[in-house]
Amino acid sequence: MAYAATARGRSKLPDAERVRTAAVRVGLFLAVLAGLSGLWEGFRAFAEATGLRLGLFEANDRTMPHIHDIVGQLFEPSRRNGPLLIDVLWDAALFTAKEAAVGLVLGALFGFALGVLLAHSGLLQRGLLPYVVASQTVPILAVAPMVVVWGNPRLPPGLRDWGAVAVISAYLTFFPVTINTLRGLTSVDPRTIDLMRSYAASWWSVLWKLRVPAALPFIFAALKIAAPASVVGAIIGELPASIQSGLGGAILNFNQYYITSPPSLWATNLIAALLGITFFLTVVAAERVLVRRAPEHFA
Amino acid sequence: MTTPGLVEPLPPGFLNRFGRGLRDWVPAVLVFVLGILFWEALVRGLEIQNFLLPAPSDIVETLWVERDQLWTAASITFREALGGWIIGCSLGFLAALVLARWRLLSTALMPYAVAAGAIPIVAFAPITNNWFGVTGLTSKVVIAAVLCFFPVMVNTLKGLTSVPASAIELMHSYAAGEFTILRRVRLPNALPYVFTGLKVGTVLAMIGAIVGDYFGGASGSLGVQIQRWTGIFAFEEAWAGIVVASVIGILFYGSVALAERRVMAWHPSLRGGRPE
Amino acid sequence: MSGSAVVSLSNVTKAFGGGVTALQSIDLEVQPGEFVSLIGPSGCGKSTLLRIVGDLVEPTSGDVVVNGKSARQARLDREYGIVFQDSVLYDWRTVSKNIGLPLELLGWDRSKRADRVREMLELVELQGFGDHRPWQLSGGMQQRVSIARALSFSPALLLMDEPFGALDEMTRERLNAEVLRIWARSRSTVLFVTHSIPEAVFLSTRVVVMSRRPGRIAAIVDVDLAQPRGADTREDARFFELVTEVRDRLREGGLDADRTAPGEGELVVGGETP
Repeated sequence: MAYAATARGRSKLPDAERVRTAAVRVGLFLAVLAGLSGLWEGFRAFAEATGLRLGLFEANDRTMPHIHDIVGQLFEPSRRNGPLLIDVLWDAALFTAKEAAVGLVLGALFGFALGVLLAHSGLLQRGLLPYVVASQTVPILAVAPMVVVWGNPRLPPGLRDWGAVAVISAYLTFFPVTINTLRGLTSVDPRTIDLMRSYAASWWSVLWKLRVPAALPFIFAALKIAAPASVVGAIIGELPASIQSGLGGAILNFNQYYITSPPSLWATNLIAALLGITFFLTVVAAERVLVRRAPEHFA
Repeated sequence: MTTPGLVEPLPPGFLNRFGRGLRDWVPAVLVFVLGILFWEALVRGLEIQNFLLPAPSDIVETLWVERDQLWTAASITFREALGGWIIGCSLGFLAALVLARWRLLSTALMPYAVAAGAIPIVAFAPITNNWFGVTGLTSKVVIAAVLCFFPVMVNTLKGLTSVPASAIELMHSYAAGEFTILRRVRLPNALPYVFTGLKVGTVLAMIGAIVGDYFGGASGSLGVQIQRWTGIFAFEEAWAGIVVASVIGILFYGSVALAERRVMAWHPSLRGGRPE
Repeated sequence: MSGSAVVSLSNVTKAFGGGVTALQSIDLEVQPGEFVSLIGPSGCGKSTLLRIVGDLVEPTSGDVVVNGKSARQARLDREYGIVFQDSVLYDWRTVSKNIGLPLELLGWDRSKRADRVREMLELVELQGFGDHRPWQLSGGMQQRVSIARALSFSPALLLMDEPFGALDEMTRERLNAEVLRIWARSRSTVLFVTHSIPEAVFLSTRVVVMSRRPGRIAAIVDVDLAQPRGADTREDARFFELVTEVRDRLREGGLDADRTAPGEGELVVGGETP
C-alpha cells in the first residue's frame, strides 16, 4: 500500500517540472564536460604561452594532446589498413568488461558470504577481520602472474587467461562487500530482532527477512565501490598476464607507441574511464530498482 | 585495495576494535600461526612447484638474504607512496573545503566527483610516466596522489556537510560566523570521514606506486624488482618482495588508524576503550 | 505596548514556499521574568515561532522585538540561550567544554570560563561530570548540560524547544522541577515549546494555545498556581482545572481553527485578525 501510494505520488509530478529537472541535468552535464575540456585546453595554452615547466613536465602535443585529437584518433585506423581504433577498443572493452563482470559477481558473492559468516561470530571476526583488511595491502599486480601461471593449466580451455584475471578482479572487489555486509547485518535495530524472536522465527528467516533487507543499502554502497574496482582489477590483471585482447593489453601496447601517437593511449584511457563509470552507473541503476528507500511519509 | 570513491564511510573505529586487550588478539594470532603452518605443510606435503608458492620458511630466509636490496626497494616505493598520499590527501581535503563553502556547487558537482572516482586511474600510470619521466619518483608520486584525491575529497565533503541542522542552529544562536562554524562544528564533525579517506588513501597510494613502477620505474624500486624477479623465475625473491610490500601497506594503514584513535579519542565508537 | 517586554511580536506571519502559511498574524508580548509556554498540535508553527524570536528563521512579515532590539541585533548581542529537543552536544568536547562553548565565542578568558562552568555544573547538579564525554551521560543528564550551556552566559531570555520531549515521564517531571528552580534562581525569562499539557501548566505563568492551518494563537491561559511549585502542585485541584482548560482550548482550536474562542475566566483571547 505504502509503496503504491509513493509510486502514485511520484507519477503525479507535473510534466513541466520533470522536463525542467531533466533539462537542468543535461545542461549541468554539458557544462561539466565543457568546463573540464576548457580546463584542459586552457591549462595547455597557458603552459605553452608561459613556458611553464613542472619538473620534467612540459605542455605540448605529446603530453597533452588536444581533446579533438584524442576523440578524432578513435575514428582513425588503429594501424595501417587496420580497423578503426574505436572498433579495436570496443572489442577490448567488451573483453575486459567480461572479466570484470565475472570478477565482480564472484567477489560480491564471496564477500557477502564472508560478511554473513563474520556477522554471526564474534570469534571469527576477531580472528579473521584483521586479515581481511590486510589482504588488501597485498600488491595484487605482483601476485597476478603467479595466479595466471598457476590457474591457466587448471582452467577449462574456455576460461583460460581471462578466468585467472577474473579471479584477480574478484580479489579486489570482495573487501568492501564483506565490510559493508558485516556492518549492515549488525546495524539492525535490536527491537526488530526481538520482534522476530517473538514470532519464534528461525535463524534463517531472521537473516533473509530482516538482516539482509536491512543490509541492502550498505551492500549497494559497497557494490558502488566494488564495481569500478573490478574494472581496475581486470585491467591490472591483464598487464602481467600478457593478455592482449583487453584494455590492459591495449594500454601496454599503445604505451609502447606513445612517442609516435600519444592520442591512442589517451583514447584507450578514455574508453577505460567510460567502462569504469558504466560499471558504477549500472550498480546505481540496480540499486534504484531493488532498494526502495523509506517512503517520505514515514519520516 | 582499490576504492575509487568511498561514499559510505565505515563508522570510525569500526576496524579499530582490535588490539584492545589479549582476548581480542588471541584469535588473530592463532589464525596467523595456524595459517603459516598450514601453508608450510601444504607446500612441503603436496610438493607444490616452488616457483608458484614457496614455503614460508623459504620466503623468510630470502627476506634475510636479500635484506639490503629489499630495504632499498621498500624505501624507494614507500617514498613514492607517502609523497603521493600527502599531496593527494591535502589537495582532496582543500578541494572539499572549497566545495563545502558553496553548497549549491558542491551538491551539483558531487555526483561527478563520485563518478570520477570510478575511473580506473591506475590506467593513467603510463601517461604520468611520460609526463614526469619514467625513472624518477615524480611520476609515481603523481599517480598515487590522484588515486588518494577522490576518496579524501568525497569523504571530507560529506563530513563537512552532514552536520545536523540543530548543531548549526545552535552556532547561529551564538551569532557565530561561517569560519567559526567551520572550525568548531564542521571540521570536528568531518574528522571521522576524513580519516576513512586517509586510510583508504594509504592502500591506494601503495597500489599507485607499485603499478606506476610496473610501467617502468626507478630501478631498484619494489615494483620493478618484483617484476624483474618474476621475469627470471626467482619466485622466492618475488614473494619476499610481495611480503615486504604488504608489510609496508599494513604499517602505513596501521599508523593512520593509530593517529585516528589518538585524534578521535572522544568518539563514541571508541567508548569501550576508554576508562570511565 | 510596553517598552519593557523581553519579547514583543506584532502581526508576525510566516509563509513557506508552496503556499503553506505556518504562522498568521501572531501578536504576543512576554514580560521580564515570565515563563510562557507555547502549546499546540504538530504543525501549528510553535517551533517556527520560537525560531523567529531567536532569528534562526525570518518571518515573512511583522515585527519582532527582543529586549528592545530587532531579533537580529538581539542574536548578534547574544541576548538569548537556546535548548533544543536533542541536546546538540558536541561529542568532541567534554561536558565542561560544551558548557563553556558560548563563553569561548564571547571571548571570556580561561579562568573566568572555568569558574562559570563550575557554577553551571552546580546549578544543574552535575558536579563531577565535567570531564565526561556527552555520550557517557544519560539523556536527562545531557539535556541538563544543554540547559547549563544555554544559561552559562546569563542571557536575558531562554528559548526552549520541546527540551524534554524525548525523555521518559519520570525524568521529565524531575527536570520540570529543576527548570523551575533554575528559572527562579536565574530570574530569566523563558519561552518554552511543548506538546505536553501538564508540563505547560506546571511550568508556566502563561500558556499560549495555538491552532494550526494556519498557525495562530487560539487562546492564552493565565496560570495562577502559587510559586514555588513542587510535587504538591500536581495534586492541586486548580492544576487539574487549568489542565482541563488548556485541553478544551486546544480542542476548540484543533476542531475549528477559524473560530475564535470566547473569553471566559482566565482566558484571554489572542489578538488575531478577523
